[in-house]
Amino acid sequence: MIDVSLQALAAQAFTGLVLGGILVLLAIGLSLIFGLMAVVNFAHGSLYMLGAYFGFFVLGLTRSYWAALILAPIMVGIVGLVIERFLMRPLYGRSPDDALLLTFGLSFVLIEAVKLVWGKMGLTFDPPKAFAGAMNLGFMSFPVYRLFILAVTIVVLVALWFFLEKTNVGLIVRAGTRDPLMVRALGIDLGRIWWLVFGLGVAMAGLAGVLAGPLRGVYADMGLEMIIESFVVVVVGGMGSLPGAIVAGLLIGEVVSLTTFFAPKLAEIVVFLVMALVLLVRPSGLFGEAGLAE
Amino acid sequence: MIDRRTFLTGTIGAAAVMACPAVLRAQGSPIRIGFPLPLTGPFDWIAADQQKGAQLAMDVLNAKGGALGRKVEVLFRDDELKPAVGAQRTKELIENQNVEFIVGGLAAHVQMAINEQAKKANKIFISISQSDEISAKPDSGPLTFHEALNPTITGRSVGAWAVKNAGKKWWIVYADYAWGKQNNAVFTDVVQKNGGTVLGSTPYPLGKPEFSTHLPKIQAARPEVLLAAVPGNDAVAFMKQAISFGLKQQTKIVWPLHFVDLAKTVGIDAFADTYGGTSFYWELQDSVPEAKHYVEAFTKKFNRPPDSYSGYGYSGIMEVARGIELAKSTNSDAVATALLNNPSYAHYKTKQWWRKCDRKAFQDLWIVKGRQQLKGEWGYFDVVSKVAADEALDRTCGEKGYA
Repeated sequence: MIDVSLQALAAQAFTGLVLGGILVLLAIGLSLIFGLMAVVNFAHGSLYMLGAYFGFFVLGLTRSYWAALILAPIMVGIVGLVIERFLMRPLYGRSPDDALLLTFGLSFVLIEAVKLVWGKMGLTFDPPKAFAGAMNLGFMSFPVYRLFILAVTIVVLVALWFFLEKTNVGLIVRAGTRDPLMVRALGIDLGRIWWLVFGLGVAMAGLAGVLAGPLRGVYADMGLEMIIESFVVVVVGGMGSLPGAIVAGLLIGEVVSLTTFFAPKLAEIVVFLVMALVLLVRPSGLFGEAGLAE
Repeated sequence: MIDRRTFLTGTIGAAAVMACPAVLRAQGSPIRIGFPLPLTGPFDWIAADQQKGAQLAMDVLNAKGGALGRKVEVLFRDDELKPAVGAQRTKELIENQNVEFIVGGLAAHVQMAINEQAKKANKIFISISQSDEISAKPDSGPLTFHEALNPTITGRSVGAWAVKNAGKKWWIVYADYAWGKQNNAVFTDVVQKNGGTVLGSTPYPLGKPEFSTHLPKIQAARPEVLLAAVPGNDAVAFMKQAISFGLKQQTKIVWPLHFVDLAKTVGIDAFADTYGGTSFYWELQDSVPEAKHYVEAFTKKFNRPPDSYSGYGYSGIMEVARGIELAKSTNSDAVATALLNNPSYAHYKTKQWWRKCDRKAFQDLWIVKGRQQLKGEWGYFDVVSKVAADEALDRTCGEKGYA
């Protein structure tokens, strides 16, 4: 039996915090899209994967990690704009199942396309030299690159908050979430807003992908596992709720990390246990509004 | 009295037959060998290597006139790494394509499904990837051959070597499925038997490459050796994360198996100074004559040296052909008997042999260490030791359920 020191527990909790940060980044894009468009984007995991591949591609071209970090999410965002304009838009007004099936199929098309272009064998790219090592935090030594991911997540969340709360477009997005009919009645082209929000949400998946590439390697199936956990986060937080995605992401990160510490075999199942418990007590999730997901 | 024309035609014909007998005799219907393997899925890169070995074997055999004067044809089918698909493809190969033998398979559970079909049809199956069960009762049948190493042999060989040479205090990280669990069990046993201790072992779900939650605990325990029973793409993530947590400075990392293709993906830095076992590494050509021949032919055909599993594919096909020639028949029972009565062979490396009771191949295994500097394009490893083939490294036939 390993004696549980406070220091070891702190190290584990901090690891969980950073893990949660990556989950938040992925889940928030998913939640943003659902909140406004009521579309469950099953291709989110594959777009996360695409972000990692685009990052690898830009890095190879420019030799600059920073260029990859900025350009790859933009490229994924553009792919998202194309998907929304030419594939999703014809489906609006039809049963939500149609959009679900479309994105589900699309996720596999993207996986196979990536295998055709970049080959079946996974790829790998390294973080910048400055982020390569570990940093002594006092209670543990922790990889610098993971700290960087945490910092990027915080910056992105603050920027997103600013966009939604302080800009005119953000105001329309929020209004569109509440009452799309009324917004339309005021003469606002909500279709255009949907288009942008889909691109934005997808770009955030791309960003999570570039960030995760140096951590986990780049391979075609990398999104399949992530999409399940991000769905859990979105459901636990409340479908469409951004604060919910943040709180739930960090919660799931901590739950996984601490369970791994005490009983690694249970770490997988506990995530779903938490989801079941939350849904029992609050059927719409922690921050969800009743009826939104219907 | 024969006229001049008949005489000439006959003579020329006879001369032609004598001049190139192999070519003419090979014109009978080809001998077909079915080869199910996971051409898609997370281990597609290993399957691609197995396939190359079998393709080379086909070329080499047919250039010499095939087997019993008939061409050898290998039919590859994608089993998608799924037992049900593997069974279906094998059945189709036997029933619709009339294959006489089955060679192939990757991952223990798919091998098992393929074997069930081969058993039903009374055809030889030469399995060419790791599994303990495939050569043991109740799964193994009288026509089931196992060409590859298995977790027991690999674990006992690599484990015993690493306890002596890398350190006594161990931690084991393993993928939570059959292959990973077997490795955990075998290594734990062999480490303890050789005077080492296992401080702890950590299962993680296969295909979920997030190790950050495991690493602080491992780091705090300060093991001298960390065994990574982490396959495929997960290995990439594992190495990157272990290095980023600074684990490599205090701990020697050991893998059950090293792959050149994996080292190429992860990069030379990540694999530097890590240890692993292998059934074959292409630089053995410098010391093993059969390997030289094989690596040269392989490199000529595919423009790159082989990784380890192509050797299994190559040897599996060559063994079928050797058995056919020995038995003068393509009947699976006759071929099996012939192989077991003449058990020694060496198609691409040092001598191997079949153990009669469980039809398991015994072969040398090598310990390799990741280089700090890449040698040429493919020189990722130094060969640091050879573990000689030894039946004592596997379970006995009694332990495997053979009375």
